[in-house]
Amino acid sequence: MADLSTQLFGVHAAALGLREARLNLIASNLANADTPNYQARDLDFSRALEAATAQTGITEGLGKSTDPVTEATVYRVPLQPSLDGNTVDADYEHASFARAALEYRASLSFVEGRVRSLMTAITGE
Amino acid sequence: MAGLPIFDVAGSALAAQSVRLNTVASNLANANNVSGDPTTVYRPLEPVFSTLPVDPANPTLAGVQVNGVEQGNAPPIKRYEPGNPLADSQGYVYAPDIDPVAQMANMISASRAYQADVEVLNTAKDLALATLGLGR
Repeated sequence: MADLSTQLFGVHAAALGLREARLNLIASNLANADTPNYQARDLDFSRALEAATAQTGITEGLGKSTDPVTEATVYRVPLQPSLDGNTVDADYEHASFARAALEYRASLSFVEGRVRSLMTAITGE
Repeated sequence: MAGLPIFDVAGSALAAQSVRLNTVASNLANANNVSGDPTTVYRPLEPVFSTLPVDPANPTLAGVQVNGVEQGNAPPIKRYEPGNPLADSQGYVYAPDIDPVAQMANMISASRAYQADVEVLNTAKDLALATLGLGR
């Protein structure tokens, strides 16, 4: 199935899933902006995408499957460490969330364009 | 978007921040309550947050839960008001040690965090709807 979606959508299918994972992580940071000892996390996108695309290649089915999201999840370096051990910078996370949402839409529009051309090819109209 | 844990994350944060807003409202409302007995004076409330794993498959995603609402242990402020009907035999009344400015700052912080979470929820909903409309 993963193979088919890679054939159909190229790198964009994997990218869309990773973009969603990044949105989830940033939402988690924003939700915990006031939780003591919470450490902000983010996704190293290029590393995650590398891992995700490598997995859909020849290593698939060999039993060596590490989740690209957990593999590429990194802690943020705090800009202003606070006394309660929380490393969330709400403004920075806001900006990151807006950017991540835009990137998600970009990936989505690539997949959508692909779906459209496939539909055109199938229906022949 | 499988499972959509982002809604659980943002939803738990909304609930936690609303508990925080409620405690601020309670503290401000009772800031001027006096009593003749220092043990029955209102004590300021403070919620304690901790992380809440929402997705067993992905432990790095964390929502928020309210571990409990703690009562502050600041000693009440003793005031000499012999004319007050609540005063004790020496003419003292006791008021809770609540700083309205700190409470207002806490309220603004909670309401900003609440707004941020609503924004996250709205964006996530828009993106999910756009994804549902794929191929239409």
